Amino acid sequence: MTILGLGDFNVSLVFILLILSTLLCVIYGIVRWNEDGEDAKISGKEKQWDKEEKNIEETL
Amino acid sequence: MNVLLLSIIVLIYLFIIGYLAYIAYRRTTTATDYMLAGRNIHPYIMAISYGATFISTSAIVGFGGAAGVFGMGILWLTFLNIFMGIFVAFVFFGKRTRTMGLNLNAHTFPEFLGLRFQSRFLQGFSGLVILVAMPLYAAVVLMGGAQFIAQVLSVDYNAALFFFTIIMAIYVIMGGLKGVMYTDAFQGSVMFIGMFVLLVMTYTKLGGVVTAHSKLTAMSDIAVQIFGAKGHTGWTSFPVFGSEYWWTLVSSVVLGVGIGVLAQPQLVVRFMTVKANRELNRAVLVGGVFILMMTGVAFIVGALTNVYFFNNPNFNKIALLAADKNVDNIIPLYISNAMPHWFTALFMITLLSAAMSTLSSQFHTMGTAAGRDVYEKWLGGKGSPVLITKMGIMVTIIISLIIAWGLPFFFEGGTAIIARGTAIFFGLCAASFLPMYVGGLYSKKINKQAALWGFLSGVIVSLFCLFFIHTKESQSLLVCKALFGVDSLAAGTKWEFVDPLIVALPVSILVTIIAGFFGKQLPEEHINKCFQGIK
Repeated sequence: MTILGLGDFNVSLVFILLILSTLLCVIYGIVRWNEDGEDAKISGKEKQWDKEEKNIEETL
Repeated sequence: MNVLLLSIIVLIYLFIIGYLAYIAYRRTTTATDYMLAGRNIHPYIMAISYGATFISTSAIVGFGGAAGVFGMGILWLTFLNIFMGIFVAFVFFGKRTRTMGLNLNAHTFPEFLGLRFQSRFLQGFSGLVILVAMPLYAAVVLMGGAQFIAQVLSVDYNAALFFFTIIMAIYVIMGGLKGVMYTDAFQGSVMFIGMFVLLVMTYTKLGGVVTAHSKLTAMSDIAVQIFGAKGHTGWTSFPVFGSEYWWTLVSSVVLGVGIGVLAQPQLVVRFMTVKANRELNRAVLVGGVFILMMTGVAFIVGALTNVYFFNNPNFNKIALLAADKNVDNIIPLYISNAMPHWFTALFMITLLSAAMSTLSSQFHTMGTAAGRDVYEKWLGGKGSPVLITKMGIMVTIIISLIIAWGLPFFFEGGTAIIARGTAIFFGLCAASFLPMYVGGLYSKKINKQAALWGFLSGVIVSLFCLFFIHTKESQSLLVCKALFGVDSLAAGTKWEFVDPLIVALPVSILVTIIAGFFGKQLPEEHINKCFQGIK
């Protein structure tokens, strides 16, 4: 079985999988748009990390 | 090519990049709590920046050219780029890496591994592996840009390479390594537009989607006639199972790069810069679409160039022969012949964007590997590592240039050099880093010995295969010939075509598991610190 004028099933399948995997990413992003946001406040750990990162950038 | 038009567009582009870098610099030095602005970064910016770092001239020019040889079967790599490189990387690796990286205050990938397993040696040696191996990846990114410039401006490849490297070096030295998110995101947006237009124009030129594919399918007899002995069946079908082309496509191109992306040092650190896991959820949406538009388009167009070249009276040849067996010149030759001048200029800045965004993160990673991971943390160097970091960047730029100059002599004609160089680096990263990285994120029981021995076995087996088994490299490295009088110890068997990753990764996984039974567990207090906040 082939689609879109392609030569074999294998390559036809990968075209379908490309669309499906992109859709998976899009749907996941939409469905979980507001999930996992409980740690959205900048914590002490992040401030410490950011300061250290700034120091590293100074060496570049 | 109209050189004046090209120069004007490139200059405008470079001006915008310079302006964005200046804005980012101003923002980070004047804001009182400077990084709060950084952490408020929009998921679109984060995702496009990640994607632009991931996708380089190697993917567009190198792997696009490889698609001109192997055909659309290479789209399995795009599938893995999206599924593994975005979905799995963000959802299953990114969130844990972000939380654990902050718990440990890790700033580089080697540092993350070193702190997770409480081993300075692991941090230093990982940094060393990056320092030695990553110039190869940077070199093929330079090659992709240089190949395009050489073709479009009709100048010598070496001159183009030198010129391109100088531009990149100036960008890197003038601050291209700092505050890169905004410039990366702008560059990613340019890449998106460039590749989208390329797809539309190619399909339009060849008569539409189905017609273009059908024309390519109808050329399968030619593919079989030329490459049939190696297993080619046509550019819209997969190679014969178990053939040389099948092994190269599946083991080196698809799996090597498709899996290797999960353990890329320059990408892993990006997860730690967002303010919550929520931003990673959102970035999955943008990232998936972006990658489809990058490698998906490059590979489809790469394969379709065969239709264009074969039906063009100036060539009447398949893509590889039209490009004089220089795989890496297929895409540049197609763009400069098939596309209008304005698009060639747009594609030039697309490639500049692809190269700049990837190279800046590569040299950032190599610089910190030299200054922080090896000098400061492993060797216990005192004082500021500024000099070592800057020297590390300068030396790796020069080494990358030398490799980019030498690679065409290293591989035999007809080899997809850029794709091969990328696959070597990605494969090495997967075999050496991936088992302990996954173990470190998901297992509380994995110990220092498991990480160390798994890492070392991955490196050693990869190198052994490159020097003694995988003919593509062992033949040119000459060590096998000098010691044993043959190009490969596996000559005459299928193993000479099997990518080192296929052997090295399972060995590394196995050694990680077995070594875990020996040696001490890490202190419970440390494990609790690592996994704090991880559900």
